[in-house]
Amino acid sequence: MMNSSPAIGIRRLNVRRGGRLVLPELSLDVRRGIVTGLLGPSGSGKTTLIRAIVGVQIVESGEVNVLGEPAGSEALRRRIGYVTQAPSVYSDLTVRQNLEYFAAILGAPSGGVKEAIDAVALGGHANQMVRTLSGGETSRVSLATALLGHPDLLVLDEPTVGLDPVLRRDLWNMFHELAAGGTTLLVSSHVMDEAERCDDLVLLRNGRIVATGSPSELREETHTEDLEEAFLALAEAS
Amino acid sequence: MNPRITLATAGRVLRQLRHDHRTLALVILVPPLLLTIMKYVFYGQEETFDRIGAPLVGIFPFVSMFLVTSIAMLRERTSGTLERLMSMPLAKLDILLGYGLAFTLLALVQATVTSIVAFGLLGLDTAGPVWLILVLAAGNALLGMSLGLFLSAFAQTEFQAVQFMPAFVLPQILLAGLLVPREKMADVLEWISNALPLTYAYEALALAAADDLGRELAIDALVVAGCIVLALVLGATTLRRRTA
Repeated sequence: MMNSSPAIGIRRLNVRRGGRLVLPELSLDVRRGIVTGLLGPSGSGKTTLIRAIVGVQIVESGEVNVLGEPAGSEALRRRIGYVTQAPSVYSDLTVRQNLEYFAAILGAPSGGVKEAIDAVALGGHANQMVRTLSGGETSRVSLATALLGHPDLLVLDEPTVGLDPVLRRDLWNMFHELAAGGTTLLVSSHVMDEAERCDDLVLLRNGRIVATGSPSELREETHTEDLEEAFLALAEAS
Repeated sequence: MNPRITLATAGRVLRQLRHDHRTLALVILVPPLLLTIMKYVFYGQEETFDRIGAPLVGIFPFVSMFLVTSIAMLRERTSGTLERLMSMPLAKLDILLGYGLAFTLLALVQATVTSIVAFGLLGLDTAGPVWLILVLAAGNALLGMSLGLFLSAFAQTEFQAVQFMPAFVLPQILLAGLLVPREKMADVLEWISNALPLTYAYEALALAAADDLGRELAIDALVVAGCIVLALVLGATTLRRRTA
């Protein structure tokens, strides 16, 4: 079933953290079934925006709709896969034990655990304690957890930090396969070379959206060769 | 709330403990060791050892589970796993009861081993039934767990969480009547002790140990049960779906 309404619709969102308005009057639509990249420097408000979409951020005002429901509503809790920036898994459990626990919460079939572990190429580490894994491996455990139960929306906060290039390419291929299967993905990154791999881009700076569009649209608009330059041009113009 | 998720949570907490051999060993072996020391501190004063020994079997779980839960919950908060859980289809009660189940089980093992050492090897003598002391010990474990869970929300670091032990547990032990009968304390201290849950937990244990199984014991047990429910409700309010 095709649904042309946006996967995420945000209207005039205001979020205050520590007394500072980190997202002022932000509005944004994210299309269904594609990979949208949320790009911006550290401190631009990416994580806060992601938290508002997932429904774990206290917001001051505004509207955030996700998959046709208000963000944070109970019905969404099994439809969104969420990966926080710091890997939020239990370091004193094995990879498999972590996934089995989260699968039990979702009521996901037990076959899903192996599938998720294989999807992030951790099959050889399934019985290893998470605290003995490298940083990159640990963040893949966190990513695998979000894949459980085949969520309709995957929200990934910098999922590819510290990964080797081959693995990073494989993960991006997987993101596109998932999108082709109808999953909506929102992936944040502060690395511009990842922007090229997204279908749509949202450039965020100081809590404001500087530009949206596909990589080629942004390059055309700014008459630049690569996205790094495009981002600089857009940031200076804003 | 969903029994499947509650049990999965209890299983997960137990699995974490099983991987942490040192904590398990400390939780299970330190109470018998302390009782052994106490036996020889009060050498020749068997009466004193008998008077405080049996209630202590039921108070150790309170202290251990308070500490273990405060640190476990603080780790859930700082590692982001709590945020993940709160974004998933799991009820707050699943977390509370999951932890409760896991730690009550651990407390029962702890209290059983302590009882075997105390009553079997150290010659601790009690008039009352040992099984009742074990039941009260399990209740105290739940009390310690729920208080630890609630208070952990006010600790930002593990240093702070550990200091909550001397701050919230030691005064309760001092005022519970274990060392000095409460009626011999200054009035102000006695009033304060009336408001502390461990006072009732200790009194119930002392009555059980003295085989005084009447109305008073029932009331004490009910007060402790009420405190557990209150602390769990307060603890649930600290598990937030949305944070700043």
